Amino acid sequence: MTQPKLDTSPAVADEIRKTTCYMCACRCGINVHLKDGKVKYIEGNRDHPINKGVLCAKGSAGIMQHYSPARLRAPLKRVGPRGSGEFEEISWEEALTTAAEWLASVRETAPEKLAFFTGRDQSQSFTSWWAQQFGTPNYAAHGGFCSVNMAAAGIYTLGGAFWEFGSPDWERTELFMIFGVAEDHDSNPIKMGLGRLKERGAKVIGVNPVRTGYNAIADEWVGITPGTDGLFILALIHELLKAGKVDLDYLIRYTNAPFLVDDDPDSPTYGLFLRDGEGPDKVWIWDRVTNSKQPLDKPGVKPALRGRVEIDGKPYRPVFELLAEKYLDEANAAEAVAERCGISADRIKRLAAEIAHTAFEKEITIEQEWTDFKGETHKTITGRPVSFHAMRGISAHSNGFQTCRALHVLQLLLGSVEVPGGFRFKPPYPKPVYGHPRPHHTVTPGKPLDGPHLGYPRGPEDLALDANGNAKRIDKAFTWENPLSAHGMMHMVISNAHAGDPYPIDVLFMYMANMSWNSSMNTSQVMDMLTDTDETGEYKIPKIIYSDAYSSEMVAFADLILPDTTYLERHDCISLLDRPISEVDAMADSIRWPVVEPDRDVKGFQSALLELGVKLALPGMVDKDGTAIYSDYADYMINHERRPGIGPLAGWRGNGEGRGRGAPNPEQINRYIENGGFWMDHIPQEAAFLKPMNKAYQDWAVERGIFDAPQPYVFQLYVEHLQKFRRAAAGHGENQPPDHLRERITETMDPLPVWYPPFEETRVDVADYPLHAITQRPAAMYHSWGSQNAWLRQIHGHNPLYISGDLWEEHGFADGDWAWLTSHHGKIKIPVARMDALNPKTVWTWNAIGKRKGAWALHENAPETTKGFLLNHLIHELLPEKGDGLRWSNSDPITGQAAWYDLRVRIEKAGADKQSRPDIPAQNSPVGKGPDALRYGEDF
Amino acid sequence: MTTLPASTDKKLGLVIDLDTCVGCHACVISCKEWNTGSYGAPLSDQDPYGAEPSGTFLNRVHTYEVSPPSGPAQVVHFPKSCLHCEDAPCVTVCPTGASYKRVEDGIVLVNESDCIGCGLCAWACPYGAREMDQAEGVMKKCTLCVDRIYNENIPEEDQIPSCVRTCPAGARHFGDLADPESGVFKLVEMRGGMDLMPEQGTKPVNKYLPPRPRDNPPEIDVLGPLLAQSTDEATGFFGWLDRTLEKL
Repeated sequence: MTQPKLDTSPAVADEIRKTTCYMCACRCGINVHLKDGKVKYIEGNRDHPINKGVLCAKGSAGIMQHYSPARLRAPLKRVGPRGSGEFEEISWEEALTTAAEWLASVRETAPEKLAFFTGRDQSQSFTSWWAQQFGTPNYAAHGGFCSVNMAAAGIYTLGGAFWEFGSPDWERTELFMIFGVAEDHDSNPIKMGLGRLKERGAKVIGVNPVRTGYNAIADEWVGITPGTDGLFILALIHELLKAGKVDLDYLIRYTNAPFLVDDDPDSPTYGLFLRDGEGPDKVWIWDRVTNSKQPLDKPGVKPALRGRVEIDGKPYRPVFELLAEKYLDEANAAEAVAERCGISADRIKRLAAEIAHTAFEKEITIEQEWTDFKGETHKTITGRPVSFHAMRGISAHSNGFQTCRALHVLQLLLGSVEVPGGFRFKPPYPKPVYGHPRPHHTVTPGKPLDGPHLGYPRGPEDLALDANGNAKRIDKAFTWENPLSAHGMMHMVISNAHAGDPYPIDVLFMYMANMSWNSSMNTSQVMDMLTDTDETGEYKIPKIIYSDAYSSEMVAFADLILPDTTYLERHDCISLLDRPISEVDAMADSIRWPVVEPDRDVKGFQSALLELGVKLALPGMVDKDGTAIYSDYADYMINHERRPGIGPLAGWRGNGEGRGRGAPNPEQINRYIENGGFWMDHIPQEAAFLKPMNKAYQDWAVERGIFDAPQPYVFQLYVEHLQKFRRAAAGHGENQPPDHLRERITETMDPLPVWYPPFEETRVDVADYPLHAITQRPAAMYHSWGSQNAWLRQIHGHNPLYISGDLWEEHGFADGDWAWLTSHHGKIKIPVARMDALNPKTVWTWNAIGKRKGAWALHENAPETTKGFLLNHLIHELLPEKGDGLRWSNSDPITGQAAWYDLRVRIEKAGADKQSRPDIPAQNSPVGKGPDALRYGEDF
Repeated sequence: MTTLPASTDKKLGLVIDLDTCVGCHACVISCKEWNTGSYGAPLSDQDPYGAEPSGTFLNRVHTYEVSPPSGPAQVVHFPKSCLHCEDAPCVTVCPTGASYKRVEDGIVLVNESDCIGCGLCAWACPYGAREMDQAEGVMKKCTLCVDRIYNENIPEEDQIPSCVRTCPAGARHFGDLADPESGVFKLVEMRGGMDLMPEQGTKPVNKYLPPRPRDNPPEIDVLGPLLAQSTDEATGFFGWLDRTLEKL
C-alpha cells in the first residue's frame, strides 16, 4: 500500500527569542518560538548554564501561563468590601497617583508605617534598594517563610548555602545524600545531576519521610521521622569521630578547628576566640612545635587540635577538642537516637561507614597547583567524593538552623566542601559573614534608610531594637526572639500589623506573595485580620497595595492593584547582586526581555515601582529638578550603579569588553539578547577549588567586582557570633535580652550544632497529636501559580492527604474516604489516599494545590476548590499559649524561619464528602472565568 | 483492515530509563506543547478551567507503588506513549487505512484525513496509548515527532522528539533500535531493556530500562575496629588524634 506523503520539514517558527523562564525560581534559559506573533513552543536553551537545553513541565507549560485567563488586565481599585474581590478598573495615572498620595505622607512623617514585602520576587536587589530609598525599615522578601534556615546556616558556617548557590560536583561525586529535598531549589540542575550520577553509577541516598520524586529514584531511601534530621546527622558525626574518619589536614587548614576558645566560664569572653586584632581571622592558635601561641596565618605553624593551654593566666581550648567532646558523648550515639529518628542503630552506623568509605577510600587527587591565602603553594588538590544537598525538609522546623548547621559541620569533618567530588560554590559565593552587610534599621522621616535592610548580625549590637528594647521592624526580625533573621519574617507581617505589635502601620504593600492563602500560616484568621476593622469602622491594616500578574487569592484583599506583566512581556535582570545563575566554574547572569508585547493595560512591576519612586521624588530615582533618572526598569538595568562600575548586569560593561566591572554600556541589553539572554565568564583553573582560601580566586573575584578587596576566610565549625548572644543571655555586655528569653537563647544558640525537639511538640500533648504532617511541592507545579495552567492542573488538580498503610488499616479507611485532620489550632476535612513509601508517623500532601473559589479564573466547582485543601489552616503563626501572656512565634528561635513542618495532628475517619472544609466563601473574579474549551495551536 | 509492512528499514523508538525517571512530567508537557501546534489537529482540552479538566495527551506519566517482599515500599514513575509496535494491532484493526506503520522508519502514524474516529485502534491497543481528540473527533497518538526528527528547519542536534530533548534527568533516549551500533541498542543490551507486556505479542519497538535494585545496603565495615569509647586514654579518640597529627 502507499503511505501518505508527509511534510517532515514544516516551518517551526517565524522567530526564536531567547529569554529566562519564570515558571519557578530555577531561572532556566528558554527559546521562545514565535509564530504569527504568538508563542508556539518553548524549549530549553542548550547554551544556558542552568538547564543546558532541558526544561521541566512548568517551563514547557509557560504558554498556558502566558495566555492564562487569570491575567489581570488593568489597574484595579477596590469598590466592595475587602476580600470580596469587587473592583473597578482604573488608569495607571490614577493608580500611581493614589499610591503616591498614600505613601508621600507616610514617608514625610513615619516611613516605618509602610511595610513593603515581596514574595517570589526575582528583583530583590532592586526592590530592597527602592525600600531603602523610601526609608522604611520594613522590607524583606519571602525568605523567612521559605528556607532562611538553610541560607543562614550556610552563610554562617560555609560562607554560602545549598539552594542554587552551590552544587555537588556532579562529575566526580560517588555518594550523594539528600535531606528533605523534594522539588525545590535547584530544580532542573538537580534532575540533570541525578541523571548524571545514575549514568556514572554513583550512589544516591534520599533522607526524607516521603518517598517521591528524587527520593523515589534514590538507591537507598531513609524514611526519617520529621524534625529529627539533626539528631541523625549528629549521630553520623559521632560514629565518624569515634572511628577516626575525619579529615584532620583539611580541618586544620581550612576550618576554625584550631582556633583557641576562652575556656573560663566566668570570663565575659567565655566561648569566644583568642584574638590577634580586629580582622575576622586574626586569631591565635597553639603551635604544637614551639608550644606557643601563634597567628593563624603564620606560614609553617602546626596548630594543636587538642589540649587546654594557659595564656596570660587564662585557659583556652581549641575548637576541635570542644567539638570532639561534644559529639563523642554517648547522647549522640546511634543507639541513643535510633528510635526517635525511626532509623535503626545498625543502619546509622552502616551509613556512616559508607560515607567514610567513599570519602577516604575513594580519595581524589587533582594535579593542579594553587596558592592559599597564607602564600603557601600546593601541587595538588585532594577531593572527597561525598556530597550533600538539603532544603526545606530540614529547614522548615524550629530546630532547622542548627540541623542545617549540623549537616554543614558533617561536610567539613569529611573535608568535602569546595573540593573535587564534594560540594562547590557558585560565584558570588563563597562569601564570609564579614563580606555581608549588617542589618540596617535607622529611620529618618523624609530620608533613605541608613543602609541595606537585611544582613547577617555579628552579635547583639546588630539587633534591630530601639532604646527600650522594642522591635524596630514590623516583622520583629533581628530581635532577641530570632536574632539572625537574615531574610526577614514575612509570615509575621500581617499578624503583627493587625495586632499593632510592635506598632500599627498605614500601608501594606506586597508583590507576588499570596499572603491571604497558601503563603501564610493560619490562612482563615489571616483573611480575618486583613478584613478586621477598629471601633471607627476603619480597617486595622488601613491600606493595602498589591501587585500580581494574576487573579490570585491575595488580589481580593487589596485596595489597589498594580497589574504586573507575564514573564514573557518584561525586562528583568537575574543579577549577581541578587540570586544569579552562576555555575561552579563560572560566574553568570541573565536577563528577561519582552519577547512578546503585553496586550493588556499592565506594566512590569519594577517599572511601575520606578514611576512611583519618581512621584515620591525618591533619591536615586529623580535628579535635582525632579525628573526621572531611569525611564523604566530596562534603563535601570543598564545605567544603575550600585558601586562605581558595578551594576545590576555584569556582562559587556564599559566599551563592551568589561567583565563584572565597567561603566554602563547602552548596548548592554542588546548584547545579552544576542548571546541568548545570558552572560558567562569562566573561573581560571587554579582558582576553581577551595575558593575561600584560594589566592587566585580571591584576586579574580576582586577583578570581576564580586568584592572590592580579597575576603579570605576559613570555614566555621564553631560560630562565635552565636556565642555572643549566649554571653548576653548570661548577663554580659550592654545589650541584654529580656529575661524570659535568656534560657532559650542559651539552649538554642550553641556555637556548635545541637538538636532540640521541634517546639510545637513540646507545647502540645503528643498523645493527642501523634502524627507529623508535612507538605511537598510537586515537580509540575510552583506554589499557587500552577492551578491557572490548563495543562498542569490536569496533572495535579487536587491533593489527597497521603497516609501510611499502617494508619490506613488502623482506621479502616477505604478508597474514596475522607478524614478530619486536627491540630491544636484547627480542623480540616479532606480526602485521603494510601501510600506505603512513607514514614509511618507522617501524613503529607502536595503543597498549594487547594484554591479559594473565584480565584485564578477557575470555575467555582474546580477540584482545586472542592477537593483541594491547604494544611495552612492547621498551622498557627504563634505557638500554643503557655500562660505567660507572651506571643511566641512558631518559628526557628535563631532565624525566625516559619516552622511549617513542626505541625502535629491527629486523624479521624469521616464519611464521604464532596467539599473539603473549611469551605471559604467565593471571591469575585475581576477577570471572569476561563473558557470551556481550548484548542491551543489551531492557528499554527 | 490495514496491513503492516513486512519489515521496516529502521526501527525508530524510545528507550525509557525507569531507574532515572523522577516523574516530573516534563516530557508530558513538552510533548503537548509541540504536538498541539504541529502534526495534525491540535490537542484539545475540555473544561480546562472547570470541574473535570481533560485533554488529549500523547504521553503520560503514571506512578506506581511497589512493595517488595522485604525492604521499604518503592515508587516507580512510568512514562507511557505509543510503543510503535512491529506487530501493531492498532494498524491492522483500522477499517480505513488511516492507521499505518511507515516502511522507512517504523513509526506508527494516523493519517487524520482518513480517520473516521471509530476508536477501534484505541480498543485494540493493549497499552492504552491512543487518545481520541474530543474536539476534532480523530485519533491522536505519539508521532515520535516525525515533524522534528527529519526537520531541516531545526538544528541537527535538536532533530529528536520533544520529550527526549526536554527530559531533565536524561531518562529518555531516541534512536534506531534495529541498528546494533546505535546508542539505544547498546543501552538496551547493557541495561537489560525490556518489552512492555511481551505476552501481547505486539513486539513493541520502545524499550524500558528496569530500575536498578534499591535499598540493598552494601557489606561494608570500614568503621571498625571501633576506637575505645574513652576520650582521654592513649587508645581513645585523642590518642588517635595525636598519632594522626604527628603524620601531617
